[in-house]
Amino acid sequence: MNEKPLIVENIEKSFGSVQALRGVSLELERGQIYGLIGPDGAGKTTLMRIIVTLLNQDSGKILFQGKDAQKQTAFVRKNIGYMPQRFSLYPDLTVEENLHFFSDLFGVATQVQAQRIERLYQFSRLEPFKDRRAEALSGGMKQKLALSCMLMHEPSVMVMDEPTYGVDPVSRAELWDILKELAGQGKSILVSTAYMDEALLCDRIALIFKGQLLASGTPQELRRTITHALYLIKTQKAHYVFQELRRHFPETDCHLFGEGVHLLDRQNTGLSKIRQMLEQNKLPFESVQQIEPGIEDVFLDLIHRREVEP
Amino acid sequence: MSNNNTVEVKELTKKFGGFTAVDRVTFQVKKGEIFGFLGANGAGKTTTIRMLCGLLLPTAGWASVGGFDVFTQQEQIKQHIGYMSQRFSLYEDLTVRENIEFYGGIYGLSRKEIKQKSEELLDYLNLSDRSDTLTAELPLGLKQRMALSTALLHEPEIIFLDEPTSGVDPESRRQFWLLIYELAAQGKTVFVTTHFMDEAEYCQRISIMQNGRIIELDAPQKLKEKYQASSMQEVFLKSIGEKPK
Repeated sequence: MNEKPLIVENIEKSFGSVQALRGVSLELERGQIYGLIGPDGAGKTTLMRIIVTLLNQDSGKILFQGKDAQKQTAFVRKNIGYMPQRFSLYPDLTVEENLHFFSDLFGVATQVQAQRIERLYQFSRLEPFKDRRAEALSGGMKQKLALSCMLMHEPSVMVMDEPTYGVDPVSRAELWDILKELAGQGKSILVSTAYMDEALLCDRIALIFKGQLLASGTPQELRRTITHALYLIKTQKAHYVFQELRRHFPETDCHLFGEGVHLLDRQNTGLSKIRQMLEQNKLPFESVQQIEPGIEDVFLDLIHRREVEP
Repeated sequence: MSNNNTVEVKELTKKFGGFTAVDRVTFQVKKGEIFGFLGANGAGKTTTIRMLCGLLLPTAGWASVGGFDVFTQQEQIKQHIGYMSQRFSLYEDLTVRENIEFYGGIYGLSRKEIKQKSEELLDYLNLSDRSDTLTAELPLGLKQRMALSTALLHEPEIIFLDEPTSGVDPESRRQFWLLIYELAAQGKTVFVTTHFMDEAEYCQRISIMQNGRIIELDAPQKLKEKYQASSMQEVFLKSIGEKPK
């Protein structure tokens, strides 16, 4: 099969006067983890619902393994795994009963179910809890069960809407390990998240904001879109230093971070002059150093550019 | 209790039957401090917070919140704290004004106070001309500032924030933290629980809970040095991994 698992072409969708998607395009390769990164309300869920044929686009096209998704909904649904944000596990069924239930729903033959469940237990480590009712699972375990239910019919393409939302850092790391393993087996995964730090775990990402893709590429490529030097001014009084800095530099170049202030040096002020300025103004700081931009820096920069260039 | 601490917790313990959810936890939070509370699901975080909010009676130990005893003065505690959870605290199908009035009522403000506070708040949020808009129609960043403001209607000294900025865009997140820093500078004590490690970075001190105990408590920077980690995510995983059960 040489067809790409998923091609999204210029999708537009409005709800009344709200333009939820304004021409979104992306391509998912086989074995790839593609991250859709953006805040709530950016259009991530709408796009995913259109891809899995739960919602029709106003215009644009989805090609699923070379076939027009809108025309071949049955084919799409059979071969895609969709994990919505609130997955409807049956709370009063046990872990194993849920797995059987969703297998039956997707017409998985009874003979192969046991074998698949066995395999899924290996990576989900849910076996010790197989007789526990789904409602009694922790958030992280629920997500792993939801993921397992989705995998029972062995979809080749997976669409997951914020699977790590509300999941603690340990379980989140576990979930990402599982996604990596699945991609390694050749599954193609489109996953959305509002957590910028998860972007670096994807092979390719698209930053989505107000219904538009601001940029897409590998995390490395996106980091390189910041062409000016970026400095971290480390300080315990980040908010104070931030507010003072904004008097000396354009507001859009200074950003508050937990450990200090990021200064994007669009005006080529240079390290020594920045340090001088901090000292002259008696601003408390521990160090100034040039740093690699993170995805959040990229996002802030793109939002800014979007506002400048209409 | 020394004057500087708004929250003092000593050997606080909560047992549910034979299960010890919170196990002799001790810490202090200073007035005007931004204190982050981290832990995996089931570590005892929520149980601790519920005790500190006067919603759950401890089994043993001692704690005081805003000068009130968690065993005997639960009602006073509730009147002196604010609580905000980013995704759940506003009623989407009430208008902006109705939400403010509703929370004013919940917090027991008089009609007169509610009226006055509503105007102040609408003015502060720049929402005076949109007071009859359904809350659902506001942009998320604004909704979140509104949620915080309603949690402050009764002028609490201590504010509990649950994942306050998850899901908001990076620009709005920063505006929100600036607001938090301002509140702290005014002397409010801010308690943040989160799974979101970027958020933890904004706190002045962090505690990490595991199996009902606090296993780490320090400034994010210090913890990163201790674990030679580049991010709080790394600190978290290393600290949890290194301490055996």
